[in-house]
Amino acid sequence: MSKTQKDATAGSAAAAYNFAYLDEQTKRMIRRVLLKAVAIPGYQVPFGGREMPLPYGWGTGGIQVTASILGQNDTLKVIDQGADDTTNAVNIRRFFAVTANVRTTEETAEADIIQTRHRIPEEPLREDQILVYQVPNPEPLRKLEPRVVESRKMHAYAEYGLMQVKLYEDISRFGDISVTYDYPVLTNGRYVMAPSPIPKFDNPKMHDMPALQLFGAGREKRIYAIPPYTSVKSLDFDDYPFRPQEWEDVCGLCGADDSFLDEVILDDKGGHMFVCSDSDYCGKRRAAGHVGPMADDAAEAGYGSE
Amino acid sequence: MGVSEPLLTADGVTKLYPGGRVGCRDVSFNLYPGEVLGIVGESGSGKSTLLNCLSAKMEPTAGSISFNTRTSGLTDIFQLSEPERRLLMRTDWGIVHQNPRDGLRMGVSAGGNVGERLMAIGARHYGNIRQEALDWLTRVEIAEDRIDDRPRDFSGGMQQRLQIARILVSNPRLVFMDEPTGGLDVSVQARLLDLLRGLVRSLGLAAVVVTHDLAVVRLLADRLMVMKDGEVVESGLTDQVLDDPHHPYTQLLVSAVLQV
Repeated sequence: MSKTQKDATAGSAAAAYNFAYLDEQTKRMIRRVLLKAVAIPGYQVPFGGREMPLPYGWGTGGIQVTASILGQNDTLKVIDQGADDTTNAVNIRRFFAVTANVRTTEETAEADIIQTRHRIPEEPLREDQILVYQVPNPEPLRKLEPRVVESRKMHAYAEYGLMQVKLYEDISRFGDISVTYDYPVLTNGRYVMAPSPIPKFDNPKMHDMPALQLFGAGREKRIYAIPPYTSVKSLDFDDYPFRPQEWEDVCGLCGADDSFLDEVILDDKGGHMFVCSDSDYCGKRRAAGHVGPMADDAAEAGYGSE
Repeated sequence: MGVSEPLLTADGVTKLYPGGRVGCRDVSFNLYPGEVLGIVGESGSGKSTLLNCLSAKMEPTAGSISFNTRTSGLTDIFQLSEPERRLLMRTDWGIVHQNPRDGLRMGVSAGGNVGERLMAIGARHYGNIRQEALDWLTRVEIAEDRIDDRPRDFSGGMQQRLQIARILVSNPRLVFMDEPTGGLDVSVQARLLDLLRGLVRSLGLAAVVVTHDLAVVRLLADRLMVMKDGEVVESGLTDQVLDDPHHPYTQLLVSAVLQV
């Protein structure tokens, strides 16, 4: 299949919308918010979130950020759980193809802007790329401190003992820090931040990333950011250091042992396989000749073929 | 503890509520390191208002409250910036609430409750935090195997003792207690008082204890202030005030205690 495509219907429909759906005033407002967010890494900046033509929780925050930074010559990639071909990703990509008539791609290296839900691409990002996260809960302290005013004070005064109490509780109850996604981080040594529900496997990628990282939370109407090359530290204890997920298996299709793996159930007799959650990464590796232990079986059964 | 600077100074503390109702009026005293001050009075006498002012929860309408900070000596606590005041509140100060629910995180294990203050001031070693928590649980007579249980599964007396451990872990110099034995049955009260007295003496803590229970102040307090209608009507050494009350209200208060 061709990795770069233009929606055939895009040209005619685009005329009915302002470029990238949002009106210019709104985009300007969001850009101002983005500037502030970049200036204070990890600080949640409120913004006037607009109603979007999809429900909260489906990426309204990410879409508004993307719409505000998208240029006519940009190439957009959208992933959902790492994959380009899941409902959320397909629909958001089509949305921008229609409303902005921009080029879309499934290739990480080719994209100028990557909007993501719950993953960071395996392929390292560059300085000229922007990663936009969809964020459901921007406030890492929300479940610990229900009072919003109090939690904002805790951020303002960098009182993060409570966050550590949560991790302490995990260790005392489960023997280890049991948070596996949305693992809280300390950004630029100052603000504790929710990295959106990415697996903790991706946390180390945020540290010192050359690309600009923007986070949009539509329901909560908050935007925050990590500028390029900023320190991002996952919270932990000295004697219980942060550890990303590990797998004993490799990707069944491409044999990768360095990517985030999804478990796929194959039958009702306990058959299962692991595959890369990053579909572009996996496809590229297979195209380059990497073969996983289950590639043949999968091809026979119709899995993994595109 | 020779003659030293006071730890806490209240000077003409007055709190008026909207409509001109008097919370407390013109209260002044010095509290020295290692000293326990009792404040007694009936409900509505302004003792809780005074405690809220002293513990920086409420700003007084007039008068000043100064605390002898470790860095800059006697400082008006309301002149401090909010983060400084909050830091003070969770390191050098502690508040034992009447209702443990106000002072504990009910959904967090006992160990986490005790460890919170340590983590708030930067402790990041799980093993050390846990050890410290265990030490304190033992000192307040909570069995070590309850460290991972949540306070909501504790009895009232245990919750109260946990509250005390949670505060004392940061080595505060001043503890505020609001009816520390309220709502407990008498035998539990007696054990708690015993414990408090031991801790206050062994750690050299200064404390302000607000209560309507004269027995509590008799046991704990060095000095006593009797409040009525927002004003201090009598003050002095505890034994002296209780054994030889001068003000008619104090006489009433002392004689109103049931003798068993």
